[in-house]
Amino acid sequence: MVKAEPHIVVQELTMAYGDFVIQRDLTFTVNRSDIFIVMGGSGCGKSTLLRAMVGLQEPVKGKVMYQGVSFWDAEQKEREGIMQNFGVLYQSGALWSSMTLAENVALPLREYTDLSPDRINEVVSLKLSLVGLAGFEEYYPSELSGGMKKRAGLARAIALDPEILFFDEPSAGLDPVSARLLDNLILELRDSLGATVVIVTHELASIFAIGNNSVFLDAGTKTMIASGDPKELVAHSSDPRVRSFLTRGAEVVAAAWGIAL
Amino acid sequence: MKPELSFDRPDDKTLQIRLAGDWILRADVPAVGEVTEEIGAGRPVEQVAFHTSDLGRWDAGLLTFLVKVIDHCVRAGIHTDKSELPRGVQRLLALASAVPEKKGARKESARIPFLERVGDSAVRVWRSVPGMTAFVGEVFVAFLRLLTGKARFRRSDLFLTIQQCGAQALPIVSLISILVGLILAFIGAIQLRIFGAQIYVASLVGIAMVRALAAVMTGVIMSGRTGASFAAQLGTMQVNEEIDALKTLGVSPVEFLVLPRMLALFLMMPLLSLYADLMGILGGLAIGITMLDLNFMEYYNKTREAVSINDFWVGLFSAAVFGVLVALSGCMRGMQCGRSASAVGEATTSAVVTGIVSIVVATAVITVICNVLNI
Repeated sequence: MVKAEPHIVVQELTMAYGDFVIQRDLTFTVNRSDIFIVMGGSGCGKSTLLRAMVGLQEPVKGKVMYQGVSFWDAEQKEREGIMQNFGVLYQSGALWSSMTLAENVALPLREYTDLSPDRINEVVSLKLSLVGLAGFEEYYPSELSGGMKKRAGLARAIALDPEILFFDEPSAGLDPVSARLLDNLILELRDSLGATVVIVTHELASIFAIGNNSVFLDAGTKTMIASGDPKELVAHSSDPRVRSFLTRGAEVVAAAWGIAL
Repeated sequence: MKPELSFDRPDDKTLQIRLAGDWILRADVPAVGEVTEEIGAGRPVEQVAFHTSDLGRWDAGLLTFLVKVIDHCVRAGIHTDKSELPRGVQRLLALASAVPEKKGARKESARIPFLERVGDSAVRVWRSVPGMTAFVGEVFVAFLRLLTGKARFRRSDLFLTIQQCGAQALPIVSLISILVGLILAFIGAIQLRIFGAQIYVASLVGIAMVRALAAVMTGVIMSGRTGASFAAQLGTMQVNEEIDALKTLGVSPVEFLVLPRMLALFLMMPLLSLYADLMGILGGLAIGITMLDLNFMEYYNKTREAVSINDFWVGLFSAAVFGVLVALSGCMRGMQCGRSASAVGEATTSAVVTGIVSIVVATAVITVICNVLNI
C-alpha cells in the first residue's frame, strides 16, 4: 500500500437544524483510496454529515477540507470546481424520472465536458456496461427494479470519473446477493479508478467486507465515539455502544435471554 | 501529451497496437477506424496485442476505444491479448463485459407514421372512457355510503380541505370577480351610453354575474388552484405508495381521499360563487358611479329589479355542479397518476384542462336546459 495521503479532512464539524444540534465536534481524516464508512444507529445524523460533505447543507461550525481547501469557506466558483470531483449515489438512485438511463448518465458529461454527442454515447454505454446495465440505454427509471436503479445511479455517479464517490445507504432495499455484488462493484471501481469512497451505511456485512476506515456517530451524545478500521473496532473497542452495534447487539440479546456468549 | 497510436508486427500473425501519451476524454483520442484499417490491410492477423509502456494517464477515453477494438476483433474472430494493458484497464474491461448485454433489452426506436399515431391517440382516448366512468361510478357508490353513514374518512380532512378551498380562496376570488365586474361594466357602458341607457349597465352586470359568470370564473379559479392541488397531492401519494397502503388496509381510497375533497368543493363552490356575485356587482357599481354618474341607490334598485331569483338559483346550481366537476377531474387524474415525477406533472396539467373543459361544457348544457324549461 502506498503511503496514506489525506484526501478529505473534517475538523470540528457541527451540524444543526436551527437550534437543534444533530452532531457536534466531528474530526476525522479520509485518506486517498480509503473506503471510509460513516456508521451509527438510525437517526444519528449520518445522512446529515454526508449532506455537509457533498455541499448540500452548510454546517454551523467547522471545516470540510478537500486536499487542503476548506469547502464551505471557498468562493461559489471554487466550490463548484470541487463538487465536479464528486460522484454521489443517493439512497434510492435519484435518477431523473423524465429522462432515459442514457440521458441520465449523459447529463453530467454534456454539462461539464465538450465531447461530441457520439463520444458521449460511447462513454454512456461504457459506464452502463460497467454497472451491468448494457443495453438498457433507452429505459426509463420507472421501468427498472430497485437494484437496477441503484446501479444506474452509480453509472451516473461515475460518469465524470470522480475522485471521490459518496454513497448514501448503498445496500438499503437490496437482497443480500445484490448488496454483495454492489459491494464488489464499489471495491472494483475503487481499485481500478483509484477513487476515494465514503459510504453511509448500517449494513454490518458491507461494513466489514469493504470498509478500511470509519467513524461511529452516536445519537445520544451527539458526537463521534469511535473511529478507525471497523474490523479493529469490533475486536478491540471498549465502548459498549460500538460493540453492541458491530455485533448486532449480541450482548444485549444475550443478557435479555439470560444466556452466556 | 497527445494520445498517439502506432502499429507494429512482431511476427506475421500478431498485430501490436502501441499506445502512447495521455488517453483521456478531453484529449482527441484517435478513431477506431485506424485500427480496423490496419487489421484489414496486409497479412491476415490472428492475434492483437498491446504495447503500453509509453502510456500516460488514461480514463474512459481509452476504455471506449478499447471496447470498440475488442468488439471488432471478437466479430472478426481475432484473439486479443490484454495482458500488457494496465491492471486497472484490464479489470474495468472485465467488469464491462461481466454482464452480457441483455438480449431484447434494447428498445426499437422505429418511427411511427403520422396516421398510426393519430389512430393510436384516438384509440387511447376511447380506452380512457371506461376508466373515467368507473371512477365516477366508484365516487357515486362512495357518496351513497356517505348518505347511509358508512363512508370512512377523517372528519379533520374534510374541514382542512374546506378551509383550503373555501376561506383561503377568498382573496383571489375577490380580485378576479371585481375585475370581471369592472370589465363587463366598462364594455357595456361604452355601447349603452350611445343610447343614453347607462342605467342598464346595472342589469347587464347583475344578470351576467349572478346567472353565469360568477360561477364560471370561480370554477376556473378553483380548477387552477384546488383541482391542480388535488391532482398533485393524490399523484404524489400514488408515487409514494400511500394509496396502495390504504387499499391493503381495506380502506377505499375513493372514500378516504376523494369523498372529503369532493364534499368540500361541493359545499364551498356555491358560497364562493355567492361572494363572487357580490364582488362583481361592486365592480360594476364602481364604474357606474365614477364613469356614468349613476348614484348608488339608482344602481342598487336597477340591479334588484333586473336580477330574478331564478337567475340566482341557476348560478348557485351551476357553482355546485362545477365544484363536483373540478373535484372529480382533480382527484381522477391524481388517482390515475403513474409512478414518477413527470407523471405527477402530467396529472396536474390534465386535471386543470379536464376541469376547465368540463366547466365550459356544463355551462353550455345548463344554459340549453334552462332555455328549454324557460327558467
